[in-house]
Amino acid sequence: MNITIGIGDLKVCKAPDVLVTYALGSCVGVCLLDSAVGVGGLSHIMLPESNTGMNTSTPMRFADTALPMLIQQMERLGASKSRMKAKIAGGATMFATASDKFNIGERNIAAVKKFLNDNRIPIIAQDIGLNYGRTQFFYPQTGIMEIRAAAKGNKLF
Amino acid sequence: MYKNYEDLSPIAIDALQEIGNIGSGNAASSLSAMLSKSVSMHVPKIKVLDYQAVIDEMGGPEKVITAILVSFKGDIKGMMMFLLEDAFAQIVVNTFMGKKHVNVIKMDEADSSAVKEMGNIMAGAYLSALAAMAEFTVAMDPPSMTVDMMGALMSAPMTTLHDVGDKVLFIDDGFAIDNVNIDANIILVPEMESLDILMRKLGVN
Repeated sequence: MNITIGIGDLKVCKAPDVLVTYALGSCVGVCLLDSAVGVGGLSHIMLPESNTGMNTSTPMRFADTALPMLIQQMERLGASKSRMKAKIAGGATMFATASDKFNIGERNIAAVKKFLNDNRIPIIAQDIGLNYGRTQFFYPQTGIMEIRAAAKGNKLF
Repeated sequence: MYKNYEDLSPIAIDALQEIGNIGSGNAASSLSAMLSKSVSMHVPKIKVLDYQAVIDEMGGPEKVITAILVSFKGDIKGMMMFLLEDAFAQIVVNTFMGKKHVNVIKMDEADSSAVKEMGNIMAGAYLSALAAMAEFTVAMDPPSMTVDMMGALMSAPMTTLHDVGDKVLFIDDGFAIDNVNIDANIILVPEMESLDILMRKLGVN
């Protein structure tokens, strides 16, 4: 079964289900896997930090609040944080403007990397930055992350 | 003071609708002059939509769209994003560069700057309608164009908007260029304070 993760949402599953999130721009898609139990999760991160905006009713949008939720939900399915490995994609700069406001892609990547590093979850593959959108498929069965971009076709990570 | 776009009353929406009408009219004349083709406009519709609905309206997250992003400042501040479907780029590149069946995702520099310039002129037409109606001074930053998946393009207005909610002002617009119908939708994201100023200026409370 394909499970779709919307913008600023997260989902977990057991293999052989597949997780997919469409058209990441400056957002970052974080895939976590505990291969020992075949439990995977995907979080579609919109923004780096929850404490800067007024909209705190949506913790799944922010790296610092979404990723702990993702880990917790995976643990409920039998996963162990100490075995988790990460694959990440997205964080592009979609428009070449000088305005710092739109440099959110880089800040999202930095926030995700910091969280994973602090929690000792290694990033074993990444397809990040640059200037194009990415659709992300994650197959907990094999641990493969597949990235589709409009101009570049599909690539496996 | 408006907190988000959902607070807009039907009268306020009507006022924005009128700006949309005049903006579309301006844009149609500019397009017609530049392309030397007959251009007629459809009556635009203003909607308050959440960003997922905008993506659906444009054909889904992976639909490839040409987007032109313009930030504006002056008496009111904010950004607008023009969303043009493939047919628009085809007509522009065909008219100015004499090419047929261009792959928009792989346009060369010259093709892409022709399309960008057209989008720039249309964005200017809308902003000057807004400025004229409210007697405002509005200055545009240089536009930036990206051709990519709709969902990815939305990340620019989405991250700008996150502290005011999930809704955007969506202008559902279209033109017929030599009888070919072309969708030209616009996302308008004025800052809340600016929206307040605009509504007061237009006499809407």
